[in-house]
Amino acid sequence: MAEKASKTSTIVYYIILIIFTIFYILPFYVTLSTSFKPFEEVSIATMWNLPKKPSLQGFKTAYRKLQPNLKNSFYLTIPATLISAMIGSINGFALSKLKFRYSNFLFALILFGMFIPYQSVLFPLIQFFQKTGLYGTIPALIITHVIYGIPITTLMFKNYYEEIPDELIEAASVDGANVWQSYTKILLPISIPGFVVVIIWQFTNIWNEFLFAVTITSDPTKQPITVALVNLAGSQVVQWNVQMAGALLAALPTLIVYIILGRYFVRGLLAGSVKG
Amino acid sequence: MSVQKKKARAGFFIILPSLIFIGIFVYYFIFLTVRTSTSNWNSFSALVKGEYQFVGLRNYQRLFKDPRFQTDLWNTLFFTLFFLAGCVGIGLFLANIIDKKLKGSNFFQNLFLFPMAISYVVTGTVWGWIFAPGNLPSDPQGINLLFQKLGLSKFQWMWYTSTKSIGKFNLALIPVIIAAVWQMSGYVMAMYLAGLRAIPEELIEASQVDGATGTQIFWKIKMPMLRPITLSAMIVIGHMSLKIFDLIYAMTGSGPNNVTDMPAIYMFEQMFRSNRYATASAIAIIMLLMVAVVIIPYLYYSFRGSK
Repeated sequence: MAEKASKTSTIVYYIILIIFTIFYILPFYVTLSTSFKPFEEVSIATMWNLPKKPSLQGFKTAYRKLQPNLKNSFYLTIPATLISAMIGSINGFALSKLKFRYSNFLFALILFGMFIPYQSVLFPLIQFFQKTGLYGTIPALIITHVIYGIPITTLMFKNYYEEIPDELIEAASVDGANVWQSYTKILLPISIPGFVVVIIWQFTNIWNEFLFAVTITSDPTKQPITVALVNLAGSQVVQWNVQMAGALLAALPTLIVYIILGRYFVRGLLAGSVKG
Repeated sequence: MSVQKKKARAGFFIILPSLIFIGIFVYYFIFLTVRTSTSNWNSFSALVKGEYQFVGLRNYQRLFKDPRFQTDLWNTLFFTLFFLAGCVGIGLFLANIIDKKLKGSNFFQNLFLFPMAISYVVTGTVWGWIFAPGNLPSDPQGINLLFQKLGLSKFQWMWYTSTKSIGKFNLALIPVIIAAVWQMSGYVMAMYLAGLRAIPEELIEASQVDGATGTQIFWKIKMPMLRPITLSAMIVIGHMSLKIFDLIYAMTGSGPNNVTDMPAIYMFEQMFRSNRYATASAIAIIMLLMVAVVIIPYLYYSFRGSK
């Protein structure tokens, strides 16, 4: 370690850390304490108090309202995540181990797709789904997330495979393995950590996505959880404990992933910036 | 055919389907949006008729004269500035403290990062509730209520429903900026932390032997080495900020007098509430151009550097 902190500065550091902890925890505290309040305790005047009699009423009501949408989000997120991870892996293999002329330029063309505001493709995309009869369906959202996920998953796998020595692939081709075999037999088995990072990243992003979700689906029973939560929170008749319980339910799957696999999550975050 | 050539050819054919999909769904669709943005499709019937009438840049000209869109551009500018400053400032500050490796610093690191796992929609819903002003002065809510309890009532104000401004900066953006910084500062912290940990210890030790103080080490050694990270963080946060939508939609909407309005919100309303497809497309293309100004040089320099 660089400099040994003196005792006073250590105390100052802890005070700073605790102040920031309050900032980061504040919304979490309000959400948690409100969502466990029974209906008769929900009032603005006591919003900062802990529940006197913790109750699951809020969660039960929120779950009843949001359960179809949670299911939609799983139906959407799981296949979209897996497919885009597989595409990213094979693309990453090609761009790191099978470099061809202009491959860097073509990669940059693909990568640009990850930064665009999706508003700039939204209208043609909706028209495309209307023409193909897919508009308003979960498969339409899956297709959307797979296609617009190509840049980021390709980038992550390309960075990951570039760390793996080329000799490994070359040795295999000397032994007579063709390109496909060197991918499935050599690269794929050592790709698990890469897949974990990409899957966590895509799962979180697709689960949390809102713009496509709200514009490509219009039937409330087909909408993912993020849209349902906004509608729930926007309605005046829904009690605060239900809204906060709903927010918690919507956040729970990605939070659990983060708590269990946080290490990989951080790696995904860092891989998300262009130069790893 | 040589092995090398075979490989290169296989590489190209593997990428080809992705190139085609990106070609259609990104580049061709952007072209279609540009085409719509220069058309007269500003009503449902015009769209259904489908007769394309080219109107040049009229939709763009009208937008730049539109006070609401002007407000949106100012809001985007100030939101981006403070969002960036907040994330880079807090991120760098916290990374340096975490890097001291005090007891429990791992816990703090994970805690500061957890908002990243949550959607903007959840963040907006919860912070929207916290910053809801209530009926002042009799029935304060959220933070205002907390201020009252702490005897700080004089700090109560209308938060994101305030129509006050300093110059072109709408004060109602402050709570939105706080929520956005809450969400993303941990990410920037993680980036800086990775950067700090990549600085060779010998370098720090050697300069300590030479009598450099902690402050000198920070400004003369660490900061220059963290420059690429600052650039990456600014690109990531900056381009995110230019297209911010979910957070605003869930937290405040346009607000009174559009104090928290953003191009993406305006675009959404034009497209889906007013059926003004051409205007909405023009907004989308302006957003794309703003992002492109930031991203294209970044991609260019990133790839020029690599072989």
